[in-house]
Amino acid sequence: MLYIYCPHCEEHREEEEFHYGGQAHVARPKDPDACTDAEWADYLYFRKNTRGWHHELWVHAAGCRKFFNITRDTVSYEIKETYKIGEQPAISE
Amino acid sequence: MAQKNRLATGGRINRNRQLTFKFGDNVYSGFEGDTLASALLANGVNIVGRSFKYRRPRGIVAAGADEPNAILQMGASEATQTPNVRATQQELFSGLQCRPTNGWPNEQFDLMSYIGKVGGRMMPPGFYYKTFMYPASMWETYESYIRKAAGLGRSPTENDADSYDHVNRHADVLVVGAGPAGLAAALAAGRAGARVILADEQSELGGSLLHSDDTINGEPATDWLASVIAELSALDNVLLLSRATVNGYHDHNFLTIHERRTDHLADRAETGKVRQRMHRVRAGWVVLATGAHERPLVYGNNDLPGCMLASAVSVYIKRYGVIPGQRLVLMTTNDFAYQTAIDWHRAGREVAALVDARRNPRGERVAQVEKMGIRVIRGSAVIDVLGGKRVAAAQVAAIDEQGERVVGAVEAIRCDTVASSGGWSPAIHLSCHTGSKPEWREDILGFVPGKTVQRQLLAGGITGSYGLQDCLEQGYQAGALAAQKAGFNAVKPASFSIPCVKEQSAMPLFHVPHTLPTSRAPKQFVDPQNDVTAAGIELATREGFESIEHVKRYTAMGFGTDQGKLGNINGMAIAAKSLKQSIPQTGTTIFRPNYTPVTFGAIAGRHCGELFEPKRFSAMHAWHVKHGALFEDVGQWKRPWYFPKPGESMQRAVNRECLATRESVGILDASTLGKIDIQGKDAREFIGRIYSNAWAKLAVGKCRYGLMCGEDGMVFDDGVTACLGENHFVMTTTTGGAAGVLEWLELYHQTEWPELEVFFNTVTDHWATLTISGPNSRNLLAELTDDIDLDREAFKYMDWRQGTVAGVPARVFRISFTGELSFEINVQANYGLYVWEKLFEQGEKYHLTPYGTETMHVLRAEKGFIIAGQDTDGSAHPCDLNMGWAVAAKKPFSFVGKRGMQREDCVRENRKQLVGLKTRQPEVVIPEGSQAVKDPDQPKPMEMLGHITSSYYSANLGRSIAMGYIKNGINRMGETVCYPQADGTVIEAEICSYIFFDPQGERQNV
Repeated sequence: MLYIYCPHCEEHREEEEFHYGGQAHVARPKDPDACTDAEWADYLYFRKNTRGWHHELWVHAAGCRKFFNITRDTVSYEIKETYKIGEQPAISE
Repeated sequence: MAQKNRLATGGRINRNRQLTFKFGDNVYSGFEGDTLASALLANGVNIVGRSFKYRRPRGIVAAGADEPNAILQMGASEATQTPNVRATQQELFSGLQCRPTNGWPNEQFDLMSYIGKVGGRMMPPGFYYKTFMYPASMWETYESYIRKAAGLGRSPTENDADSYDHVNRHADVLVVGAGPAGLAAALAAGRAGARVILADEQSELGGSLLHSDDTINGEPATDWLASVIAELSALDNVLLLSRATVNGYHDHNFLTIHERRTDHLADRAETGKVRQRMHRVRAGWVVLATGAHERPLVYGNNDLPGCMLASAVSVYIKRYGVIPGQRLVLMTTNDFAYQTAIDWHRAGREVAALVDARRNPRGERVAQVEKMGIRVIRGSAVIDVLGGKRVAAAQVAAIDEQGERVVGAVEAIRCDTVASSGGWSPAIHLSCHTGSKPEWREDILGFVPGKTVQRQLLAGGITGSYGLQDCLEQGYQAGALAAQKAGFNAVKPASFSIPCVKEQSAMPLFHVPHTLPTSRAPKQFVDPQNDVTAAGIELATREGFESIEHVKRYTAMGFGTDQGKLGNINGMAIAAKSLKQSIPQTGTTIFRPNYTPVTFGAIAGRHCGELFEPKRFSAMHAWHVKHGALFEDVGQWKRPWYFPKPGESMQRAVNRECLATRESVGILDASTLGKIDIQGKDAREFIGRIYSNAWAKLAVGKCRYGLMCGEDGMVFDDGVTACLGENHFVMTTTTGGAAGVLEWLELYHQTEWPELEVFFNTVTDHWATLTISGPNSRNLLAELTDDIDLDREAFKYMDWRQGTVAGVPARVFRISFTGELSFEINVQANYGLYVWEKLFEQGEKYHLTPYGTETMHVLRAEKGFIIAGQDTDGSAHPCDLNMGWAVAAKKPFSFVGKRGMQREDCVRENRKQLVGLKTRQPEVVIPEGSQAVKDPDQPKPMEMLGHITSSYYSANLGRSIAMGYIKNGINRMGETVCYPQADGTVIEAEICSYIFFDPQGERQNV
């Protein structure tokens, strides 16, 4: 069970309070109607399957209800950082 | 019965308290402080069970968690049955009852053993697969017999009578294992002021100190132990847990400790007491001081009762005052095990020989043993043992320097016990749980934890340091360092002085050679619990299994409840040798949680029965109960299902409720629908982006139905949203979807459109929703309100009004899920029951009838209203549902789902579409889930056209109705499709509109 620092509540809480939201930084295309089917499918379905540092979206569902991002190692599960939506991660890959 | 193997003195047992217990059908006695194993040995019980596959007689081998054979079925009653309890870890109590796990008709005489004897050579690894492969159709038949013949223990058939619970804990330093290293670590961390938890699986803290002859700083080790425990107990910041196994080491220093609080006292916990507790610990730092397990040597017939671990023999003698035999032959590859010969000799019984595999052992203990007059046979090994149900003699022969061949004549030495030691294997299990890869160390002939991946330190035997001085010093340093890293001050270093015994290095010997080749030699067991032999491992490698993980799975080595604590290293070494590669090249299998088996009771804790899941009740729940409702679970909600009158069947009750609603007026408790309050100047814009239909022009006082889609265009929720004010809306969701929809709204607001000013809050529990439906609903409501104009023109369909109902402030929505004239009355939840009862007071003259979810389903299906989640499954977009009217493709913002539903696959021909279905025979109701085909006689595989999603008998229509998917169904009205059933019958149905009743929608507009 992960121990997650919520950047909004500014404290560590148990994983039970959070929901996972998938890969982070998957922005909705600005003009969906201009997307080809392939581009839309890419947005909809294609995600990284990273071995190592992975940026992912979480929500403090049973806490402040805020979304934020985590940089987590998918092998060791180590959490390197958590940061708010709109902020950039310190490590890129 | 006399305890014939009990020594006159010694041991940490209370000889003044004699306890009687039952093993199988025999009654024995032991003393307080005994384990079940020590008591059985004291009574001279040789056979404690039969082996898993060959049904060979088995005796006690070890003295701790590594015991492979003494796996017993505990419990004096059906409700207290516990399978696979290690006798070595079960403390004795008066009245204890247990049975051997395997053995039919009993453990002394097992019929299956004859199959094992006769067929032993014919039961290699993979035997079952190879033998029972054909015909494939028979496998299920074979399997049930094979499972009966195998199996380890049985689960109780009655509910557990005891209580279990969980405790969440936080610790700065968690020390695992209270042997010398762990005690020293806890002492240092405790002195530094850190919050410390020290957990140990045994009944007493102390580990090896409990049977040690050593002195620490000049005093006996047991005195030092007592003083340390006294000091730790006096510290408020230290929690000592005995009988508490750290069974799992999970992510981010989360560890679980399985504490057995009353298992040592009685068959059942005292009333009000918790039998077992799971401590869920989030630790700052962890010190693993888990010690090491002794490795037995692998020789012929080494599973015969009387073959034991050398250290276990010493533990029984010194800790329990039990000597497990008369004449001992000890076989070793190291100096340490000489202590067992010394202990046996001092206990007054005969050591027939000490067989050392090394040519020229010169350590201090060698001289000590020879001075006692014990015969030391050098450069030799016990190659096999003779005997039926107990060792009768050891066959000793000289072996070559590499331990690969027998080079001398065989001498049979009469004895009843053969103790062996092949060295020690660090107990790296918990480290493995974290994902750390073990590393082989040639100098200690064992795997140690590799690179640590969590905030974790090691001390003592787990590092391969077995000397007491090293253990204490490492432990103290690790404890001090852990506390320091957790933010506490450094503690003064401590020094430990232990008289040192000079030891010589051990010889690597994982498989004792025999005069016969391995495949012909008497069985040499590597993993006795799963009956895995050296020959079996060699066979697996010959058959092409090269990865140790595959060897493990093919032979079942290490798959027992002991996880191969005893045999894994020997097995890997044998596989490595057979594959002609080194042990590090071969690698090790990975230990996974749990370290020892954990009861389901401890895992469940209080999360069972009534407390398994929270239950949610509406404000009118008590009324429903009082009026005989049966309930249906919808998410966590308990919703009235239907309200049967005495003696009424479900179908008749639902028919009555349906007719009453359409004929006069019915009432539904709709409080469980999700309600989300949405406010802010951009609320309208936001709702328009989320729902598929148009929201820009919805005026205050109006309601609108909306479909919510994913970005793939597929419908996942629906509901009515009302405009309460220019910047204020209330959205309803499906009962089960409420939490998910709120999170969905937050997701889009927070991550995509943070610039919109809009706020969401759940108000599901704040409101009670009382839905009255039917031609008399307006008349009924008129009895209770004087400030809402109910005129059909003033209060139109899809309007809502603020006012009072029965004097209570209410929001009344004129919306309908039945197709009837209908009003949803929303009042503050705590007035819900009051208003409900007032409605019934006035409703008597209209025969107001309460109805539940089943009638709700039938009435809405008559009208073809979908239920998201029942008539949708994430693969239907609005047009598939024939609800294209709810898609406003011209909205300026490309709403969620729009682009998705325009994809090539979503606009193709022949998609499955939701339609109505009328059976040829009106009284036949098609089972939900039935698959549609055009022609039931077509060859298999048939073309599947779709399936039924909703199906009921409609009393209003006097026939069955169904909704379901059919490929291109909207264009196939009038065609007949078939629904073949499991019983061979075929139901024919005609495709039709799913609006079965009042297609013009006149009834809701009256």
